[in-house]
Amino acid sequence: MLDSLDRRIIAATQTGLPLVAHPYRAVADLVGTDEVVVIARLKRLLGQGAIRRIGVIPNHYALGYVANGMSVWDIDDEAVAELGPRIGALDFVTHCYERPRHLPLWRYNVFAMVHGRSRAEANEKVAEIARLVGPTARAHEVLFSTRILKKTGLRIAA
Amino acid sequence: MAVHDPTERAVINGLQGDFPLTHEPFTDAGAQLGLSAGEIIETVSRLLSAGAISRFGPLWNAEGLNGEVYLCAMAVPRERFDAVAEQVNAHPEIAHNYERTHALNMWFVVSADRPGRIDEVVAEIESETGLPVYCMPKRREFFVGFRVEV
Repeated sequence: MLDSLDRRIIAATQTGLPLVAHPYRAVADLVGTDEVVVIARLKRLLGQGAIRRIGVIPNHYALGYVANGMSVWDIDDEAVAELGPRIGALDFVTHCYERPRHLPLWRYNVFAMVHGRSRAEANEKVAEIARLVGPTARAHEVLFSTRILKKTGLRIAA
Repeated sequence: MAVHDPTERAVINGLQGDFPLTHEPFTDAGAQLGLSAGEIIETVSRLLSAGAISRFGPLWNAEGLNGEVYLCAMAVPRERFDAVAEQVNAHPEIAHNYERTHALNMWFVVSADRPGRIDEVVAEIESETGLPVYCMPKRREFFVGFRVEV
């Protein structure tokens, strides 16, 4: 659970860390605490999974990864526990989730995001997932994004 | 954008995670990459201005912050697409919205930090647009992470 200091630290770092020799001290000054406290809080938040990682957040599009494909899979519910982690472990899969189906319109229960420099490259990666899951997947599709309609960062009020 | 500069490449490939939580993290990170703290700071600033990286710092996980997050999809008639996008995007709870190649052609992420708020937003969108919203909250996450190589 987050307390008010956690929230102040999040608010102070959500657009990034200060690019100075002692960035955590700079954050501590902003939120009114000590550097060691900021470091300890960030360690805890990282351990809890509230922070996924700390470092460079690449702009996939600018770096040429323009094909953003959401591959979706109709996988036997019993097999998801075993196959999900194996799909997620592929180095080109950014996220892998199990989600509910909406039959008859939507039969897919596993989502794996793949990024490629072209649709062909993304499709090759999807084919790799298909080889991994084999006949356990009854069907799959790739939904490419054709337009970003809205994209804003996480907003947390201090 | 192609990244040819070896220092820029080293920073992008080598600093996508595990930035040290120490008193002098740029110095410590640089020791592993063979760069000085000053070189890293300067390179990160340059990559930020060029737009090659969108941020430098913690990548926060909305679900790890007590919030609720749903992926939702709608099948929007072609002729109403832009108008519906505007109605959906007008809600501050919508962070991302993508047009995608499928009969379900609009995919957006709804997040809220109060339990029950997502259901309210979904109901508002359904009543404003007269279209059903299909909610696909995650049941399980299999996440390892993604590293771009340049």
